[in-house]
Amino acid sequence: MAEERTDAPSRSVQIECRDAVLGYEDGVVTRDLNFVVCQGDYLCILGENGSGKSTLVKALLGLRPQLSGTIRLCGETGRSEIGYLPQQTLVQRDFPASVREIVLSGCMSRCGLRPFYNKEEKQLAAQMMEKLGITHLAGRCYRELSGGQQQRVLLARAMCAARKLLLLDEPVTGLDPKATQEMYELIARLNREDGISVIMVSHDTQAAVQYASHILHIGSRQRFYGTREDYMNSKVGRSFLALEGSDDDA
Amino acid sequence: MHEMWQTLVFYFSRPFVQYAMAVGLLIALCSSLLGVTLVLKRFSFIGDGLSHVAFGAMSVAAVTGLTNNMLLVLPVTLLSAVLLLHTSQNTKIKGDAAVAMISVGALAVGYLLMNLFSGSANVAGDVCSTLFGASAILTLSASQVRLCVLMSAVVLVLFFLFYNKIFAVTFDESFAQAVGIRAKAYNLMIAVVTAFIIVLAMNLVGSLLVSALIIFPALSAMRLFKSFKSVTVCSAVLSVVCAGLGIILSILFSTPVGATIVVCDIAVFLIFSLIALCLNRVRRSV
Repeated sequence: MAEERTDAPSRSVQIECRDAVLGYEDGVVTRDLNFVVCQGDYLCILGENGSGKSTLVKALLGLRPQLSGTIRLCGETGRSEIGYLPQQTLVQRDFPASVREIVLSGCMSRCGLRPFYNKEEKQLAAQMMEKLGITHLAGRCYRELSGGQQQRVLLARAMCAARKLLLLDEPVTGLDPKATQEMYELIARLNREDGISVIMVSHDTQAAVQYASHILHIGSRQRFYGTREDYMNSKVGRSFLALEGSDDDA
Repeated sequence: MHEMWQTLVFYFSRPFVQYAMAVGLLIALCSSLLGVTLVLKRFSFIGDGLSHVAFGAMSVAAVTGLTNNMLLVLPVTLLSAVLLLHTSQNTKIKGDAAVAMISVGALAVGYLLMNLFSGSANVAGDVCSTLFGASAILTLSASQVRLCVLMSAVVLVLFFLFYNKIFAVTFDESFAQAVGIRAKAYNLMIAVVTAFIIVLAMNLVGSLLVSALIIFPALSAMRLFKSFKSVTVCSAVLSVVCAGLGIILSILFSTPVGATIVVCDIAVFLIFSLIALCLNRVRRSV
């Protein structure tokens, strides 16, 4: 799955991050970030709590500018062309909304000032529901779905917003093992078959080395960026994987 | 029965009752539309807090002898609404605590001021009528009615035009921001509209009961309906029906208008909860 990367001329660079420093007014969270995401890549962002993963997500979405350095969204990938799957919030858990309404809201950026959705946007939403196998749930209420189904709905919404690059923020949090497995397979399939680039923020190192093509490991500064194979042979990767392994045994 | 009908016909031939009915229905409609968003955003108490602020401002206006107290009440309430809704994510005092603090603070200051400086002989009566609405709705002037109609029209048009965006921002603010919707601007708009509605609604049900107009229809609708659109429509219909029914009942039995409307809302909520319970039982047993 992990092919030769970055320099291959056939694949366009979608995101390029050079010497980026991220943080808030009162301090730097993480620094020295250098990585690229090419079309078709599956990049997994690892790091402990508080290592700046969410800050990086915000920077990639253009919601919180970096303190210094550059983050370039190249080619066709503009700011509004990242399909974002945020972490679930408390509000959503008992929200009265149908699956169709939620998926459609992914088309929002296409509307501009137009107040209502047109036929094409409704069609796009239907297509995405079909692709993720949730068409039969279209009329159902979001709060009555299982965790795995809810994540599929949000994924369909993200894909209505952008079809080339998905940014997933801990997509399996709160899912049971079976749903987690299905979610990972689904993401891998979208990456493999539809050529959608994936950036996934995760705690799950095992899944990262199983599915991702590239790994970015951040702490107070960048600790690793490279292919999955290199990560498994690197010092930081080995120590992190060993740590996870012992966690699982416990 | 015939007598009741005659009483109603008699009252509804009077312009002040017609005004009251029109204003009541419009306010009920607007507050229920906003209510859906506010309840879902966990801001049910914003109505309560803001109306107490408005009460405090009213007392100040009364004490300083302002003839048109709207000049003071509206800006103060607007400001508080913006502060409460806009800054609640990243302040040291969290949303619910901030609302509670401002709410009881304004109430206390308002009551204190009225007691200390009011020229009126019947302070308790004044306070009570501000808090519970009393007969304010029956003494509306034509210009107040016009203001109310205008405001309601603005709220309805805004809600209609931005319906999809309001849904997106309410359901998932981070996603909305990520696709380039200016979530903060919409939150600000919701805050401003909420403040306007509350100041208007104080005439109808008084400042203590404003929250009821905002939350009850939305909560009732959420018992039974499962999509955002159906919840919104149902909540609007329920609110208008309850307000109309409440006003008619209050005329027939000479009860306080605000409290009667709220009791209607509570009754509908209980009925809807019961239906939802039965439906769940049936579904589970099938």
